[in-house]
Amino acid sequence: MGCTCCKNGNSALNAEAKDIISITGKEKEKTIPILQEIQSRKGYIPEDLLREVSGVTGIAVSDFYSVATFYSQFRFTPLGKHLIRVCNGTACFVSGADILFDTLSDLLKVGDGETTEDGLFTLETVACLGCCSLAPVVMISGRVYGKQNSDSVRKLISSIIADEAKGEKTAAEAGQTGGTA
Amino acid sequence: MNNQLLKVGLGSCGIAAGAQDVYNYLSSDIDKNNYPGLDLGKTSCIGLCFAEPIVEFHEGDKRIVYGNVDIKLAEKILKGISTGVLPEENRILEEKGEGKRVAADDNIVKYTGRQVKLALKNCGIIDPESIEEYTARGGYKALEKAVNSMQMQEIIDVMKESGLKGRGGAGFLTGQKWEFLLRAKGDKKYLVCNADEGDPGAFMDRAILEGDPHVVIEGMIIAAKATGAYKGYIYCRAEYPLAVKRLHKAIADAKEKNFLGEKILGSDFSFDIIVKEGAGAFVCGEETALIMSIQGGRGMPNLRPPFPAESGIHQSPTNINNVETYANVPGIILNGPESFNKYKSGNSTGTKVFALAGKVKRVGLVEVPMGLTIREVVEEIGGGSSTGLPLKAVQMGGPAGGCIPESMFDTPINYDSINATGAIMGSGGLIVMDASSCMVDVARYFLQFTQNESCGKCTFCRIGTKRMLEILERITTGSGTIKDIDMLEELANHVRKTSLCGLGQLAPNPVLTTLKYFRDEYLAHVNDKKCPAGVCRSLIEIKIDPDKCTGCTLCARVCPVNAIAGERKMTHVIDSGICTRCGMCIQKCKFDAIYRI
Ligand SMILES: Cc1cc2nc3c(=O)[nH]c(=O)nc-3n(C[C@H](O)[C@H](O)[C@H](O)COP(=O)(O)O)c2cc1C
Ligand code: FES
Repeated sequence: MGCTCCKNGNSALNAEAKDIISITGKEKEKTIPILQEIQSRKGYIPEDLLREVSGVTGIAVSDFYSVATFYSQFRFTPLGKHLIRVCNGTACFVSGADILFDTLSDLLKVGDGETTEDGLFTLETVACLGCCSLAPVVMISGRVYGKQNSDSVRKLISSIIADEAKGEKTAAEAGQTGGTA
Repeated sequence: MNNQLLKVGLGSCGIAAGAQDVYNYLSSDIDKNNYPGLDLGKTSCIGLCFAEPIVEFHEGDKRIVYGNVDIKLAEKILKGISTGVLPEENRILEEKGEGKRVAADDNIVKYTGRQVKLALKNCGIIDPESIEEYTARGGYKALEKAVNSMQMQEIIDVMKESGLKGRGGAGFLTGQKWEFLLRAKGDKKYLVCNADEGDPGAFMDRAILEGDPHVVIEGMIIAAKATGAYKGYIYCRAEYPLAVKRLHKAIADAKEKNFLGEKILGSDFSFDIIVKEGAGAFVCGEETALIMSIQGGRGMPNLRPPFPAESGIHQSPTNINNVETYANVPGIILNGPESFNKYKSGNSTGTKVFALAGKVKRVGLVEVPMGLTIREVVEEIGGGSSTGLPLKAVQMGGPAGGCIPESMFDTPINYDSINATGAIMGSGGLIVMDASSCMVDVARYFLQFTQNESCGKCTFCRIGTKRMLEILERITTGSGTIKDIDMLEELANHVRKTSLCGLGQLAPNPVLTTLKYFRDEYLAHVNDKKCPAGVCRSLIEIKIDPDKCTGCTLCARVCPVNAIAGERKMTHVIDSGICTRCGMCIQKCKFDAIYRI
C-alpha cells in the first residue's frame, strides 16, 4: 500500500497537530515536549497523529520513534481506564512490593505494562513514587495507597470493579488525594 | 482577636497520606462557619514523613504541630479554635512562645535533635508558592549581595572556601567546577540543574523543589553571575508534576520581581531559566546523557573528555550541578563560607540531606552535619528497627552504591569514609534493611534495575550487566555454583573498568559490596541451597504450624494456586509441590501460624 497521507490528509488530525506545536514549538530540540504533549492528550502515541505532526514539524517519523522508544514514559498502545502503578523502588522492594505485584498480576491476569482485555486496568511497575514512608505503595488512577498488603490491594480492585459495575464514579476518579490502608 | 493560622503540609508524601482531604475539609468548613482571624495556609514537606498528614496551628509566636491528622482530628482542631481549648492528642511539637520551645513528643526530639537544616531551612516552613514568604526569610538577599558587591572570581572563591562538593553523587568541588566554566572559551555558556533524581527510593531533590523552589533558582542565578552563563535549564524527572508546577510559578514570580530575566536588579547581568521535563530514563541523570536529552535526542552518554565545561549543550561550555548543590549556594554567599564549613568531617564540609527509608521507625527527610555516624542517623534519628528484627545493613547511593553492614555503622558520614566502605555517598538515598532482607536478592534487584536502564551503547555495560544478572538469578533460584560467584566477581570488575559512563562503571557496586560483606549469604545459596533471610522463593518452603493453626480457612481462600488444604477448624497443610511461595497466606493469617523456612 502506498502512502496516501498527502492525498487525503485528515483535516482534524492536521488541526490537532498544529495545535500541539503551537504549544510546544517545532524545533528538533522540542522532540520530547512534542511527544509529551501528544501523550498527555491521547494517553499514548497514536501513529496517525505522530505522522501528521512529523509532516508539520519536518522532524522525521523515524526520529520521533527513535526518541520515543528510548524513554520509558512513552507508550504506543492505549491505557486501560485505571492505571495501576506498583512501586518497586528500594523502600517498597524491601517492604514486600513483589507480593503486591504478584497479587495484582494474578488477579487481573496481566503482566507488567499490560492492559486487561476489558480495557479496565493497566498494570505497571515504577521506581519510587516518592512516598517511601508509606511503603509499600500502589498508585491507582493518580491516587496513592500506602502500607498495602496483598489483601488490601485485592479489596481495592474489587471495589473498583464493583463501582464500575454499578456505573458509579469511583473514589479513584473523584479526587487526586490519597489515603492509607 | 489574635491572628491565627492553620497550615497543612502538602508535599507529595503528605498528599499521599491524605493531607489534601484534610486541607479540603478545613477549607470548606472555614468557608461555611466563620472563624474570625483564622487563616488557612499550606506548606510542603517538613521531613517528618512518618507523622504525615501534619497540621500546624499558629497564634502569635505560639505554635502547635499535630501529626497523623485525619478528618476527625481536623474537626476537633476547628472546634478547639472556636472554644479556645485545642485538642491534646497527637501534638508532636509545641512552641509556647517567647523563645521557649517545648517538644511534646519524644519522637520528634530525637528525630530533629541531631539535624542541621541548611539546604532544607525553608522546607515545610514557607508556602513554596509564595515568593513573599521566601524573601521574608532572607530569600534573594544572597543574590543582591552577589550582584551588587561581588566579582565573579570572588563568588567562586567563597564557594571554594566553603568546601561544598556536588551533592549529585560524584562529590566534585563545586567552586572548582564553576571556575572551569568561567575560564572556558565561548560566548554562550549554559547552566543545568540536574533534577532527574532517578535513584529508586530517593526523594531529597523532589522535596527541595516542592518545598522551596526559589532557593534552587536563586542558587542557579548566583552561579550564572559567577560564571557568565546566559541560560539555565532545570532538567526535572517526569514523575514530579508538583515540582514542575511549583518551579514554573517560582520562575515567573522571580522574573516579575526582576531577580531573573533581563538586567537583573538593575545591573547589566541577564539570565533565563527553562524547565525541561525528563521522560523516564535513569541514564539521563548522567551529565553527557542529560545534555543529549536536553537537545531533544535519545539520552545516550558520550565519552569524556571533552567535559561539559568545554563542550556541553550545543557544544558550548556547560556546568551541571545537582538540586541540593544549588540549594546550598544562597546560604553560603549570604552567611559566608564559615557558616557551611564549620561542619566538617574528613574531607567533607556542610550537611547532607538523606531520604531515610526502609525498616526504621521514623522515616523521612533528614539533613545531618558531616561526621554524624550511620548509627546515629539510623538509631537516634530513625529510631532503630521498625520490625523488631535486628538491622543488617544500610544501602547508600542506590543502584550505583552499596550495602554497608551493621558492624560498620560507626562509620562517619563524609565522602572519604563512605567511599572507603565500597558504597558511595550518592545523592542521598539511605535505605535501612533488617534481617528479613536477603543481600543476594538486593544485589539482584539493583542489577536488574541498572540492566534495564543500560542505554545499550557500550558492550560491557549492555552485555556484562546482563550476564551478571543471569548469574545472580541462577544463585537466587538455587542453580548457582561456587564457580558462579568467582565469575560474578571477575565480571563485576571488568564492567567497572571498561564501561563508558558512570552507569556501567558503578553498576557492579551493589554486587561487590554484598560479596565483600555478606559472602556467607552467597555461599549459603550455592552450597546449602538455602536463603538465610527466607526471601528467595526457590530456596524456601512455607509451612503451617499445627499448634497455632485454628483452621479458620483464610489462608486456603487467599491462596492463588489452591495449594492449601484443610477442613474448617482443622489444621491446614500446604502442598509444597503446588505452592509458589508468594507469601500471601502469611500476610493473611491472623494467628502467625504460617512461616518460611
Ligand atoms: C547513571 C547516572 C545517574 C545519575 N543520576 C543523577 C541524578 O539523578 N541527579 C544528580 O544530581 N546527579 C546524577 N548523576 C551525577 C551527575 O552525572 C553529575 O555528576 C551531577 O549532576 C553533578 O552535579 P554535582 O556536582 O552538583 O553533584 C548521575 C550519574 C550517573 C552516572
Ligand atoms: S520506594 Fe516506593 S515510594 Fe519510594
